[in-house]
Amino acid sequence: MTLVIKNGRVIDPANSLDEPKDLLIDKGRIKAIESPGSISFEAGKKPSVIDAKGCVVCPGLIDMHVHFREPGFEYKETITSGCQSAAAGGFTSVAVMPNTNPVNDTRAVTEHILSIARAEGIINVYPIAAITQKLEGERLSEMADLKDAGAIAFSDDGRPVINNELMRRAFEYSKMFKLPLIQHSEMLDLTEGGCMNEGIVSTELGLKGMPAEAEDIMVYRDIALLEKTGGQLHVAHISSKNSVDLVRQAKSRGLSVTCEVAPHHFTLTDEAVRGYDTNTKMSPPLRTIDDVEAIKEGLQDGTIDIIATDHAPHDIADKQVEYQNACFGIVGLETALPLSLKLVDEKILPMADVIKKLTSTPADIFNLEAGSLSLDNKADLLIFNPNLEYSIDISKFHSKSKNSPFDGWKVKGKVIHTLVKGKTAYSANEN
Amino acid sequence: MFNRKNILGTKCLAEEEITTILDMADSFKEISTRPIKKVPTLRGKTIINLFFEPSTRTRTSFEIAGKRLSADVINISGSSSSTVKGENIIDTALNLEAMHPDIMVVRHTLSGAPEMISHYVKCPIINAGDGYHEHPTQALLDLHTIREAKGSLKGLNIIIVGDIAHSRVVRSNIYAMKTMGMNVKVIGPPTMIPLGIEKMGVSVGYDLERAINDADVIMMLRLQTERQSRYLLSSIREYSNLYCLTSKFLEKAKENVLIFHPGPVNRGIEISLDVMESERSLILTQVTNGVAVRMALMYLLLGGKNDTSN
Repeated sequence: MTLVIKNGRVIDPANSLDEPKDLLIDKGRIKAIESPGSISFEAGKKPSVIDAKGCVVCPGLIDMHVHFREPGFEYKETITSGCQSAAAGGFTSVAVMPNTNPVNDTRAVTEHILSIARAEGIINVYPIAAITQKLEGERLSEMADLKDAGAIAFSDDGRPVINNELMRRAFEYSKMFKLPLIQHSEMLDLTEGGCMNEGIVSTELGLKGMPAEAEDIMVYRDIALLEKTGGQLHVAHISSKNSVDLVRQAKSRGLSVTCEVAPHHFTLTDEAVRGYDTNTKMSPPLRTIDDVEAIKEGLQDGTIDIIATDHAPHDIADKQVEYQNACFGIVGLETALPLSLKLVDEKILPMADVIKKLTSTPADIFNLEAGSLSLDNKADLLIFNPNLEYSIDISKFHSKSKNSPFDGWKVKGKVIHTLVKGKTAYSANEN
Repeated sequence: MFNRKNILGTKCLAEEEITTILDMADSFKEISTRPIKKVPTLRGKTIINLFFEPSTRTRTSFEIAGKRLSADVINISGSSSSTVKGENIIDTALNLEAMHPDIMVVRHTLSGAPEMISHYVKCPIINAGDGYHEHPTQALLDLHTIREAKGSLKGLNIIIVGDIAHSRVVRSNIYAMKTMGMNVKVIGPPTMIPLGIEKMGVSVGYDLERAINDADVIMMLRLQTERQSRYLLSSIREYSNLYCLTSKFLEKAKENVLIFHPGPVNRGIEISLDVMESERSLILTQVTNGVAVRMALMYLLLGGKNDTSN
């Protein structure tokens, strides 16, 4: 099947491309990128055409941090519903965290996840396997086997690796597989019982705070260990000013450190917790305006490499409870693009840089075959209208869970088509 | 005039509203001294005390307040269930609402629970204390007692002493007292002073002895020995040495200083027995006034007029 996408503004950060182009897609691969109107066909061979006038055409987005809850918590999300949510948000590749039940700490679970994802064939799913068996922080997982089965990184996400000796050995051991360790940085003894950022808002609301230092101390520890051992560290969902500084310094010393930020951490502050909406409860928590500004600086100067959602679906029963009892996390796949595009409106980043942090940079860090529009690449594409305004409506989410604090927000930037290997994974026209 | 659906905290109460409540409590106080302590004001109204945290004084006070106004008062103790076990609090509240109560009085161990319930039910909610967020009726009865003793509130200096971080009484009192023009200082060990509290308009000190001399009111807080994180104190003995209000400390205080405690008192830990029993202590007057203040709130929430003659 042949497809032409015409009249779009093609942004492909990997190839430094940002201009009007037509794309030719054949047998699921990108076959030509030409000036508008210059792709011609023999008579009788009419391709299907998508008119992308007024839209941006870019590589399908990549989210290196999602929770799809399968196996184990299918009432919150399944691999299928998660993939549908991703496609609706413009994502064609996601990396799924291992805190399922059973934990993804063995070949069998990795293969199980991949087999479901491949059978559904909606988008590309990359499993992240556990650093330690059962996420218990006691023994290393079988990393060689897991890599062979298809794991692309290791993380005990949600449960940081507390033990210093174990973390040191994890860096050393993972080095031979050339796969990064992703850390959810949180010193648990400093955050025990906490449910929001510690500060004046937590003081007023009478909620136990989670100090930013809980994050900073672990980020520093991991950098210190990495400097000794070598290996590759990716700091998940960075949220505090000092942690951004620590990563900046580590990069300036040439260490192999990268980090991600979730859209909610540059969009909201802890002020949003007033009113006790449990959809403002996540870990790390929403922090202060100073932290948000530091994150935006980090996005600008490249300290923060990528944007990742930490898509954390929770059923209403897990959220419609007292604030302290509510589960941590919010869904993010279907709000990430418009929230990230606010950075363009605020003149924090140009459009191409926002797209880069959602496509080619994550592909580079995690060595994925994705994230660029080079000729002969798989045609994983996103077509979105950057100027179309609409209201976020959680009831329309494709995710099984609706736990988002952004319901009713007026935003700009709407996904029109998501294509995976040239086939429609999502189309706004059909939804 | 008083036009609120709920009393979730004192943060949002304006000076005139607080004055209305205190004035109304003044006029209700007399009812409790009559031989027949009952007026028909809220006859036919139903008040549910929904307590997810054990309480004797506050629950009894609400119950008596409702009954002296002739309302039917029902007490329910819920367990503060987690997400999986037991009935969800919203379901509990919706079930109770289905029986058409006129007011729900809610106490909960966790901050924000009454506000959360108020988003789901139509009937008025009075917060009877949530976590370490707010305890508005306690603050109002404190103000009532201070005003009664001192004549007015503006310009008075109060020091609040003890575990500031884990006290809902402190937060409600800070909001209400600042609104009424009082000067508030909080005193306690730094481990018990929450981050950023100065931004609530109070000053902070660690030394009781140095803060005591210009206080018009001293409010001692209960040391919540049962729920302390084990790192906040070295020992109860040392806490007492530093912060127990004894007659030795009181020698430095103003002659007419008033002593408050929201109760229940840990005798000898935060306040010595002789101070507790001294003339300056208004601890039991607080309890007496609590009934009047709660009567006033119930009356106002159910549309009562400023004029109590009807």
